[in-house]
Amino acid sequence: MIRLTINGVEEEVAAATIDQLLAARGIDPGARFLAVAVNGAVVRRTDWPAAALNTDDVIEIVRPLQGG
Amino acid sequence: MTDILTIAGTALGSRIFVGSARYPNQQVMLDAMAAAEPAMVTMSIRRISLEGYAESLVDLLGGRYPILPNTSGCVTARDAILTAELAREALDTNWVKLELIGDRDLLYPDVEQLVHAADELVRKGFVVLPYCNEDPVACQKLADVGCAAVMPLGSLIGSGRGIANPAAIELICSRSPVPVVLDAGIGTASDAAQAMELGCDAVMVDTAIAKSRDPVRMAAAMKTAVAAGRLARLAGRIPRRNFAEPSSPQLGLVGS
Repeated sequence: MIRLTINGVEEEVAAATIDQLLAARGIDPGARFLAVAVNGAVVRRTDWPAAALNTDDVIEIVRPLQGG
Repeated sequence: MTDILTIAGTALGSRIFVGSARYPNQQVMLDAMAAAEPAMVTMSIRRISLEGYAESLVDLLGGRYPILPNTSGCVTARDAILTAELAREALDTNWVKLELIGDRDLLYPDVEQLVHAADELVRKGFVVLPYCNEDPVACQKLADVGCAAVMPLGSLIGSGRGIANPAAIELICSRSPVPVVLDAGIGTASDAAQAMELGCDAVMVDTAIAKSRDPVRMAAAMKTAVAAGRLARLAGRIPRRNFAEPSSPQLGLVGS
């Protein structure tokens, strides 16, 4: 288990990569229109299976929503 | 098709941009957009949630219209730049409507941060369309750092007050080296027509359509108004005069 801040909330997560993190949250890693940043840097989708997560990492998982 | 609007070398399908917020439901939104025929549809970038409506919106719109992501809600250049980069990844587009807010009640742009963020995003390869204040100096600075267009506000976002400073908008349009898209404050069709008559190249509308009593009808009105205003602009209006100028002949008057 590692401690991550995900979308502003601190959590203990059993995930070592972004792919695993998404799956643990019930999100299909193949879903379109998703983007992820780790510690302020966007991680490209192609790197999701390999990019290692470390404790205290700050994660943003976003998608487009209504807006003007 | 003639009189095509081009931004960053891309020919756009119309001169109206429409926002995706505040509609009563998804079907009304889709019907209104079909009536407006927007060149682009804006969306925000937010942390994922489990709300059903929100989840499917991008799936509905993504295939139908070119999506222009915005950085709404951002108050720092750093957040706006990260949001733009996330948007590029999520939507596979390097276009971004840059919004950097200096006051949460007024939603007025923070021009200093805005120019800085625009400069950095242009360097990172983005096509930047900044929401800005109706200030010719700010618009020139944004164009100078490489923005593809400028989007000066007509009046406060969502306020429906129309164009508060038409003289400023007209000045911006006459001097801008890049297309001008009037963004924010449009309340009804005549505001959109006025924007085009002042020289704007396009208008951006959201609340005026979404929160009207009949959004589908208002969307159709906006499309017509933009076309009418553009035609009037190209036609070349008569000047405003201080005195009357009779239209009928002055000779041969009965009783003269």
